[in-house]
Amino acid sequence: MSEFFGDWHALVVLLLAGVIPNQIWRMLGLWLGGGLDEGSDLLMWVKAVATAILAGVIAQILVQPPGALASVPGFLRYGALGAGFLAFILTRRSIFAGVVCGEIFMLAGKWLLA
Amino acid sequence: MRGMPLPPLESPKWHGPLRAFAWGMRSVTATVLSLVLFVTYIGIGALAHDTHFSLAWALMSTALVWAGPAQIILISTLASGATIVQSAIAVTVSAIRLFPMVVAVTPMLRTPRTKRRQLVLVAHFTAVTLWVECYRFLPQVPRERRIAFVHGLGCGLTSIGLCATIIGYELAANLSQSLAAAILLLTPLAFLFSTARNSRELADFLALALGLALYPLAALLNSGLDILVSGLVGGTIAFCVHKWREGP
Repeated sequence: MSEFFGDWHALVVLLLAGVIPNQIWRMLGLWLGGGLDEGSDLLMWVKAVATAILAGVIAQILVQPPGALASVPGFLRYGALGAGFLAFILTRRSIFAGVVCGEIFMLAGKWLLA
Repeated sequence: MRGMPLPPLESPKWHGPLRAFAWGMRSVTATVLSLVLFVTYIGIGALAHDTHFSLAWALMSTALVWAGPAQIILISTLASGATIVQSAIAVTVSAIRLFPMVVAVTPMLRTPRTKRRQLVLVAHFTAVTLWVECYRFLPQVPRERRIAFVHGLGCGLTSIGLCATIIGYELAANLSQSLAAAILLLTPLAFLFSTARNSRELADFLALALGLALYPLAALLNSGLDILVSGLVGGTIAFCVHKWREGP
């Protein structure tokens, strides 16, 4: 059982570094959202910044890859995003086609290089 | 993929919140994003295993954080020896996107009688998958049943995430490196295309493109707040271009 729970200290870290910093934005959205006009400039700007931040998170995973992704050469990681995007556009915005095409590109490239 | 039609709006099949909850839960079978979510959380489970977190830790992070990128960032920063404060900052920056998502989702569920506390769980479930699916499913759900429906959808998606976390955690030792890499690549691909799919205005596309392009530049500063810097600059430029095109 202790193997299942591990170190209680790690669970406190999860709460402080993971749960609270993440949930605070959802609860802020709930508390402030009611008073915000959906078409307002302020919300428009917040949305644009949030989208650009999400894009930054995507770029970070590709530029500084975690775990096993680090074993894939950079040009394959970026190429996979490009290939997936092409498929996404050609299929008139199918998320599934984009994801599958990007994955195939990366795996095929890795297989050819091996 | 687009199977399972929901009953018509005036159908008796919508009577009672419990039925709406069940329809929400069943709707997870009608979206390919469930599959993407499943594989994403296999990756997160495997990452948690490889970085020596306990299974309970991984499950709690899935249930309580419920945001793929935040969990990947949390696990990888803590494993690389970052302090709690450094990890918390990285996580909170990645989570800012949840704020406008909640602001966009909650008006779709409100009725004049809805109290804010009734939406707390909805806000918790709000993440990219739910955000995309609300736009697709909610027009087919009677307004007074939407909260129950989203609770069902959220519980269904969370169950998928929890099962996948366990599977990924247990499989981690047996995953080949290529497969593990492919699973981790899924998060950036799924997030990019989900966000692009839900983008309507030029500002959204521009923010996405600028955020991608500016991050490598901002990373050169090595400030620890790279994503915030590139996001603020990229988002503000996108907003200004949008206002400028709209005219005075």
